[in-house]
Amino acid sequence: MSTTTIGDIVRGDAEVFPPYLYEAYRSTIRRAPTCALVEVPLTLSELTGPGPVISAVTPEDADLTRNAGTGGEAMGQRIIVTGHVLDGSGAPVKNTLVEVWQANAAGRYIHRRDQWPAPLDPNFLGIGRCHTNDKGEYRFLTVMPGAYPWRNHANAWRPSHIHFSLFGNSWASRLVTQMYFAGDPLLPLDPIFNSSPTERARAAMIAAYAHDVTEPEWALGWRWDIVLDGPDATTFEAPRT
Amino acid sequence: MTRLTLTASQTVGPFFHDCLMRTDAACDVLVSDSTEGKRIRVEGRVLDGDRAGVPDAVLEIWQANRHGRYNHPSDERDLPLDPAFTGYGRIATQSDGQFCFTTIKPGAVPFDRRRLQAPHISVAVLGRGLLNHLYTRLYFDDEPLTASDPILQRIPTERRTTLIARRAEGASGREVVYKLDIVLQGANETVFFDIASR
Repeated sequence: MSTTTIGDIVRGDAEVFPPYLYEAYRSTIRRAPTCALVEVPLTLSELTGPGPVISAVTPEDADLTRNAGTGGEAMGQRIIVTGHVLDGSGAPVKNTLVEVWQANAAGRYIHRRDQWPAPLDPNFLGIGRCHTNDKGEYRFLTVMPGAYPWRNHANAWRPSHIHFSLFGNSWASRLVTQMYFAGDPLLPLDPIFNSSPTERARAAMIAAYAHDVTEPEWALGWRWDIVLDGPDATTFEAPRT
Repeated sequence: MTRLTLTASQTVGPFFHDCLMRTDAACDVLVSDSTEGKRIRVEGRVLDGDRAGVPDAVLEIWQANRHGRYNHPSDERDLPLDPAFTGYGRIATQSDGQFCFTTIKPGAVPFDRRRLQAPHISVAVLGRGLLNHLYTRLYFDDEPLTASDPILQRIPTERRTTLIARRAEGASGREVVYKLDIVLQGANETVFFDIASR
């Protein structure tokens, strides 16, 4: 990556979270705020949040290979993506909504604005969701997403990734991120991935191949844990006097 | 105590609609017929540093009900919950950056043991080009408590107005309309927050 202008306005842990201005990702240039953020304490408005109020999730929602409603199965390498959602102390974040979206095996989204000449798969919507269980675990069955080109710079390609959206226990724990795959040669070239400022933080966005998750004659396994910001889960379970 | 490395935020990118805005996930009308409270509609635009509308942003909102009670286990106060109101909304901007949602005016909630916060709606802004979502709040220009709100007091006076929705003149019918733009960058840039995480 060549030299890029990196802003100094960051929300949250500045050794983990990207700055709003990261010039190599050009869409940040006119969208990044320029005034310092105002720090606010955790009031009841931030200690609460929408997590517990969202429902209507079915088990089928977590199977992206079959949830298009066509009766057919998506093309591509079948993969299982699973892991724990934790708070900063390592406690599981239970019963929280995890929403995912991704490109198909050829690297194309069904989105109307994605028009690059890769094939669409009629049996793949690329969307899924589930709630974590009592151990904070999530699990999706999907296909390996393809890389795709974008117009950020010459010959720009996004590495394979899955978008993740999580609520966690409070308004302060909201997270939208992307999961990457270990060994992807495009990672060092991707300004979005590299906007996270430290090796440690970037490594934490990469799923590891997990042979113990792999199912024989069926699907390859990948494991990725997610750690949410905000007050620890114990804050919400401690008995009150 | 050792703390785990947090998972970094990344942009929602341009292709989130099919997932985040699917029929039962999007919510720009937070009320049903049985929801308690005064109906309000909030209208505005999300604007970038060139004053162009941002067509691929998402607003998420979180608010208390008309009694000032949050629908969440951490709000243990003895105030009524409204079974017809979650307090959560998710709204995508239109091609010109416009957004609009219908909800109720929230009640005041406590700041600490002594002070109240003015009625407000918490807002998270997500979008292509936003590597991390932005937190802000929406207050109301016709609420007396707005003048003494402890969070607004932390903001330089000249910037407070960027969080205060204006009641539209001549509104009629059941809904009162408030207007507020969210300016990501430049003149009249909206105040955005960093939340102390613990």
